[in-house]
Amino acid sequence: MSILVNKDTKVITQGITGATGLFHAKAAREYGTQMVGGVTPGKGGTEIEGFPVFDTVRDAVKKTGANASVIFVPPPFAADAIMEAVDAGIEVVCCITEGVPVLDMVKVKQYMQGKKTRLIGPNCPGIITPGECKIGIMPGYIHKPGPVGVVSRSGTLTYEAVWQLTCMGIGQTTCIGIGGDPVNGTSHLDALQMFQEDPKTEAVIMIGEIGGTAEEEAALYAKAHMTKPVAAFIAGLTAPSGKRMGHAGAIISGGKGTAAEKIAVLEECGVSVAASPADMAQALLRIYKP
Amino acid sequence: MNIHEYQAKEILRSHGVPVPEGYMCTSSACSRETARRLGEGPWVVKAQIHAGGRGKGGGVKLVRAPDEVRDVARDMLGMTLVTHQTGPEGKLVKRVLVEKGCNIARELYVSLLVDRKTSRVTLMASTEGGMDIEEVAAQTPEKIFFEQIDPLIGLSPFQGRNVAFSLGLEGKLVNKAVQLFEGLYRTFIDCDCSLVEVNPLVVTAEGDLLALDAKMGFDDNALYRQRAISDMRDYDEEDPHEVEASQHDLSYISLDGNIGCMVNGAGLAMATMDIIKHYGGNPANFLDVGGGATVERVTEAFKLILSDDKVKGIFVNIFGGIMKCDIIATGIVEAAKQVSLQVPLIVRLEGTNVAKGKEILAASGLDITVADGMADGAEKIVKAVSA
Repeated sequence: MSILVNKDTKVITQGITGATGLFHAKAAREYGTQMVGGVTPGKGGTEIEGFPVFDTVRDAVKKTGANASVIFVPPPFAADAIMEAVDAGIEVVCCITEGVPVLDMVKVKQYMQGKKTRLIGPNCPGIITPGECKIGIMPGYIHKPGPVGVVSRSGTLTYEAVWQLTCMGIGQTTCIGIGGDPVNGTSHLDALQMFQEDPKTEAVIMIGEIGGTAEEEAALYAKAHMTKPVAAFIAGLTAPSGKRMGHAGAIISGGKGTAAEKIAVLEECGVSVAASPADMAQALLRIYKP
Repeated sequence: MNIHEYQAKEILRSHGVPVPEGYMCTSSACSRETARRLGEGPWVVKAQIHAGGRGKGGGVKLVRAPDEVRDVARDMLGMTLVTHQTGPEGKLVKRVLVEKGCNIARELYVSLLVDRKTSRVTLMASTEGGMDIEEVAAQTPEKIFFEQIDPLIGLSPFQGRNVAFSLGLEGKLVNKAVQLFEGLYRTFIDCDCSLVEVNPLVVTAEGDLLALDAKMGFDDNALYRQRAISDMRDYDEEDPHEVEASQHDLSYISLDGNIGCMVNGAGLAMATMDIIKHYGGNPANFLDVGGGATVERVTEAFKLILSDDKVKGIFVNIFGGIMKCDIIATGIVEAAKQVSLQVPLIVRLEGTNVAKGKEILAASGLDITVADGMADGAEKIVKAVSA
């Protein structure tokens, strides 16, 4: 078991004829993902590297039975691409695109209300269920099937945590990069909820960063509803106030959303917090024996 | 991206938000002339820098004679203004805004921003105008009022009234406030703002509302469709290193320490700063080279790090996912040669083709220390710079 994606997931790539989209579609197929085709408006009916191309997501769903999509279209068109996938009934939409305007995402979130689609991202590395399905840009080989769920706002820090686990011989159920944007589809709390409900996930590593209060909300959820151990790392302990550190999320102002504040709440909620990013797997092992 | 107060007020005015009459000046003569043009005094001379807290630093003066406007402007132009937001080095004042003064009866606060929790634009208002809203939130949260705005419907008049009545406004002021809030919301949407803040919003003795100060921030992701706004960018207000970095698609922020950092990914870059601190060192910068770094970009990143005199050593921390370690290693070697590196360089590589990457570094003949893991690298660089 796993969350959201597995060996039966059928994936299409929106923007498959672009260099990045095609590169990652091929990498996903090599990993073993059922990458069943792609969408590029105006290129429907053609084929690229063995992938059938469709004009619309609706078309692609009808012909391939796809239930997941990954989006690589440029930022000005990303919101539209997400809504197209939602409209076509895709269950899991993963938007890798970085730089989507915030107000576009505000509209997308409103549009998605009451729909069954789960959006991951934007501005994220994607989602992977090791050995079964890789959707996104993460390197497949660092992962290993196993019992730990990983959720993170940051791409490379997810790899770091996963690699630490894998090096210790501990595998992962599913790893999700939820992205660093202020308005996104899936929160830390959403991910914890799904990991709690997944019978195969035994423990979770949650990686957060400064800004907002999403990590605190997730920690409060963990305290109230989770039976599984949770470890965490919060990046940005040393970030200066009022500066934006790459991710829009990574900004702190006037003491709100500081790393110190987050860590205090997390520890209060029984989460094992890693003091250093090199100790994320260690922090989990303090409270969990695989 | 941020803009000056005078620019923010121009934008608000064009969206029907009442602001004091005033003009931006770059000379004392212009300031005096402007005061005359505005008619009867008093006037307010306000230093234009991208930082708050100007009043306390001497950057806002109320004056009563046109000649005095000239003198005050002369003193202000060219001065280095230090406020709690500029840092101790302060900011050079190159422009002033000369405005008509007004009779203040009450000071309120109003702002718009995107609320992460609800994913909606939120109108926030408070009766405590002129104060830092963070302070109000900490001490008297009951004095702050919120309205979440439906993106498909926009700010409804009833929401505006809710806020206006909560602020204790009465009579004609209620509808004036509703119109003002709608103007602010239109501005926010039209210009892809990340923040519109009016503090204070004043009720004048004559019974009008006036945005006495205005602060606007913009969503950098949306600047591609906001040409008029991007043209307002004032590079003088930004750190020259950061401007240089943005031209090479590098995300760079200069800090106070002496360990230069080069990392891929924003989260890992922050975590790298943290781990350096954890081992007792001090990062000189935040630098994210991004996922698709080329040899050129790595070289530019090195140049940027070394352009900071404080840097006594460099820590490169790369987790190559899609980016292959051998390519990064080649970039590092090339860059180190080009910039004739004089300070210790510690490189931690992990990920795709890591063995090949380490080989390239070892074979380069350059004085590069390869670290096993992030913790080892951080320890080594801290030791190297303190030696």
